[in-house]
Amino acid sequence: MSLPFLLEIGTEEIPDWMIKNALEDLRAKFVGLGIPHETVQVDATPRRLVLRASGLPERQADSVERVQGPSKSAPPQAVEGFARKQGAAPADLAVETTPKGEYYVFHKKMAGRATKDILAAALPGVVLGIYFPKTMYWTGKSGPRFIRPIRWLVALLGDEVVPFEIGGVRAGNLSAGHRRLGAAQVAVTCEDYERRLRENCVILSADERRARILQGLGWQAEAPAPPVGQTLSSVNPAVPGAVAGAKVDPALLETLTYLTEYPTAIEGGFDPAFLELPSEVLVTVMRHHQRYFSVEDAEGKLLPRFFAVMNIGADPQGFVRRGNERVLRARFTDARFFWDSDQKKTLADRRKDLASVTFQAKLGSYRDKARRMKALVKELGGKASAVRAADLCKCDLTTELVKEFPELQGVVGGLYARAQGEREDVWQAIYDHYKPVSMEDSIPRNAAGRLVALADKLDTLRGCFRVGLIPTGSRDPFALRRAAQGVVKILVEGGMDLPLLDLLEGNAELTAFFQERVKFYFKDARGFQYDEVNAAMAAGWSNLADLGARLTRIQGLRQSPDFEPLAASFKRIRNILEKENFEGAAAGLREDLLEEEPEKELYREYQGIAGQPIETVISRLRPKVDLFFDKVLVNAPREEVRQNRLQLLFELRREFSKVADFSEIVTTS
Amino acid sequence: MQSFQDIIFKLKEYWAERGCIIQEPYDVEVGAGTMCPETFLRVLGPDPYRVAYVQPSRRPADGRYGDNPNRLFKHSQFQVILKPSPDDIIEQYLGSLEAIGIDLKQHDIKFEEDNWEAPTLGAWGIGWQVMLDGLEISQFTYFQQCGGIDLDAVPAELTYGLERLTAFLQVRDSVYDIEWAKGFSYGDVRYRDELQYSVYNFEMADIKTLWKLFDLHEGEATRLLGAYDPKSPGKKRFPLLPTYDHVLKCSNLFNTLDARGAISVTERVGVIQRVRKMAVGVAQAWADQSRVAPVAEVAE
Repeated sequence: MSLPFLLEIGTEEIPDWMIKNALEDLRAKFVGLGIPHETVQVDATPRRLVLRASGLPERQADSVERVQGPSKSAPPQAVEGFARKQGAAPADLAVETTPKGEYYVFHKKMAGRATKDILAAALPGVVLGIYFPKTMYWTGKSGPRFIRPIRWLVALLGDEVVPFEIGGVRAGNLSAGHRRLGAAQVAVTCEDYERRLRENCVILSADERRARILQGLGWQAEAPAPPVGQTLSSVNPAVPGAVAGAKVDPALLETLTYLTEYPTAIEGGFDPAFLELPSEVLVTVMRHHQRYFSVEDAEGKLLPRFFAVMNIGADPQGFVRRGNERVLRARFTDARFFWDSDQKKTLADRRKDLASVTFQAKLGSYRDKARRMKALVKELGGKASAVRAADLCKCDLTTELVKEFPELQGVVGGLYARAQGEREDVWQAIYDHYKPVSMEDSIPRNAAGRLVALADKLDTLRGCFRVGLIPTGSRDPFALRRAAQGVVKILVEGGMDLPLLDLLEGNAELTAFFQERVKFYFKDARGFQYDEVNAAMAAGWSNLADLGARLTRIQGLRQSPDFEPLAASFKRIRNILEKENFEGAAAGLREDLLEEEPEKELYREYQGIAGQPIETVISRLRPKVDLFFDKVLVNAPREEVRQNRLQLLFELRREFSKVADFSEIVTTS
Repeated sequence: MQSFQDIIFKLKEYWAERGCIIQEPYDVEVGAGTMCPETFLRVLGPDPYRVAYVQPSRRPADGRYGDNPNRLFKHSQFQVILKPSPDDIIEQYLGSLEAIGIDLKQHDIKFEEDNWEAPTLGAWGIGWQVMLDGLEISQFTYFQQCGGIDLDAVPAELTYGLERLTAFLQVRDSVYDIEWAKGFSYGDVRYRDELQYSVYNFEMADIKTLWKLFDLHEGEATRLLGAYDPKSPGKKRFPLLPTYDHVLKCSNLFNTLDARGAISVTERVGVIQRVRKMAVGVAQAWADQSRVAPVAEVAE
């Protein structure tokens, strides 16, 4: 008989961002039990992690164990003794022929364990084994650890409760509804579970909660897919003709989906007078601090409206809307107060205040950092505007607005610089200098910004590596990986002709760190094959813009039918040269020592095409190389001929390894 | 309409009904209700404890001369400690909101992750900020460690921001406009505090004098801690509570000096360490002193 299984871990509110990973871990741990099943599904709300499976057997299949007894020639007492030990009569024994002779055997029938018993024994470990980034205890130090206290457990196999206990909570068939809209205890079965939750104002499916939020924002369910990063109604106007709409922020949408059990979007507004403040500030308050969706018109201009998502079904009296509007008004009033009072002191006048803002204990203050950045920008060839931006870019750290909204550092500095009449390239460089903040983010929009961003990140990396603050494993408190990734991205995508390796102060650890980041960037962010990356980097990787260009060429070359065979030949050349420890002959190549026709042909070809891009000559080169290896024995009997052949290969390799070391290419043939 | 003090009365009554001792505010300046001995020391050790109190909390750097409608140098926290935390603690908390007249079927409550940490107290916990219609009204923390000591009886700490909560209930945009008692606004009672302490903390506090006071209080706390002997038969009489008062004085002086802009980059980390060392020292001595009969002695 096949049975459905339901496990619900009822908890206090789990941090939204941890839920998806926890569910996948729960699924993996259940599957890892090895209990046969047809389907398995995981779901969650902030207060419950749920696993449902179907097609579990009632018990494991029976099995038979063969127990070998005494030899057939053994005395009857021994046979009886064996049978007794197995709980059987001598008549139940069989005689079997084995390579060693005939023996008594007993086929012991083993009843399969009940699935319920297996689950009862395994589930505490499954539940408490779910990985969370930070856990707590709540019944005392010796008690269980979990992300938040476990308050109830539902575990049903078919109609029966799977009995187990965690931290004094016994598994049963009682779930819980929404904290205020549902019943505190809800009896459920495997079949009616989701429906019973819905009756108690809990929507189990995250997809459904997400769709419900989107609908509240004006998205029509029949649209092909929820849009991302655009205003909803520009893609799918709920009201025909309307173009303004909520800006869909996918991260915010996920947060709200996992922060609610019964989400409902409501629209509110604010005083249009606040629109005088920079939209960056308004949007940050709404999105990051209040978790609201902002609203834009067809031109992308901010409108004095917002959408909040409640964890209840409706707001008939408007309490929630008015409450949220008041909170937003207070926050905007604060922001305006800061904006106005910060303007009383220019960025330039704030430079000396940076002395009292610590960058890092061993690396001094932000004033020290700004000075180093300024020098580095000059060293990198920065013009006056880049130097000015470097000088001012950290000053916003002393403003009230940045203290209030740290995520707006840089942006606020840029806005103040603009308000204080700095040149456009200067304020834009300040505004952008933390970019790129992720692999997906764009690099600073102008050259000054790219230089300042580089100087900032390089200074942090150099300083931290110098004083031993080097990331290990998952520990990277200064976000150095992100900083290095940013450097790589700016150098490549900004097409900057700068020698990275000369900027690392000869620090071997930092160089190795960057090597990893460069590989990661081209492989994982840009999608090059790892052997292409290795081949191109083996031919040098200090100039990353050049490396990027060479990788693109290799990708093109790989389309050529001659590429892989040639790469294989280069591998062969490398092996021969390495085996011989051949590092080039002082006398160079001697034409008179070329004996056989194929090697002469290869030499002539090489002479003819040296200096030309490999793309144009690959089809001519390959047959000559193939022919050489086909017909010519490198190990000539005469030593000087042999040396000369090695020299030919050596020069060939050197000439054609400027784009990449093709011997690093992994060939299929 | 419920006044500021009506709300305080109702919260006190609600938690008294649930077995809490109702304490009065601690009489030494603190930055948060957590720092009062009723929380910081009482959460240590295995003995159950339940207490609730209003604590005026001083944050010198947050002063705004009484100009800002939402920011205060001194705000009032309603602090509840339930040790160990009951299983239905969140239900009890939601019940307290209903007791002051908030219909939670008509309002939006969310629990958003917010783990509390106080490096100067060697303390941290796991919990949430509680949002009511988008307004943060409470901090909810399960203490895990305090004074560097793992807590075996896990206490729950609930902290209500009384001014915010009252402004919400009275529908006021400025805390100064909320009604404290009939005929008296919050501004009538507290505006002068806000203005004068802002002037003192930002402009007039004498830096040298404050440092001298800091050193004096630190010296006294350190002297006392050095005199505590865990092996002494008379250790129960040892004045750890007065020692802790000196630590609190240091903490408030540090905050004032910080607001005054008198603490340099290099000093800052060091001063925090000094306060932490004293706080952790008191906590550990307190845990030792509270042990009725140490396990080792029983074994003998």
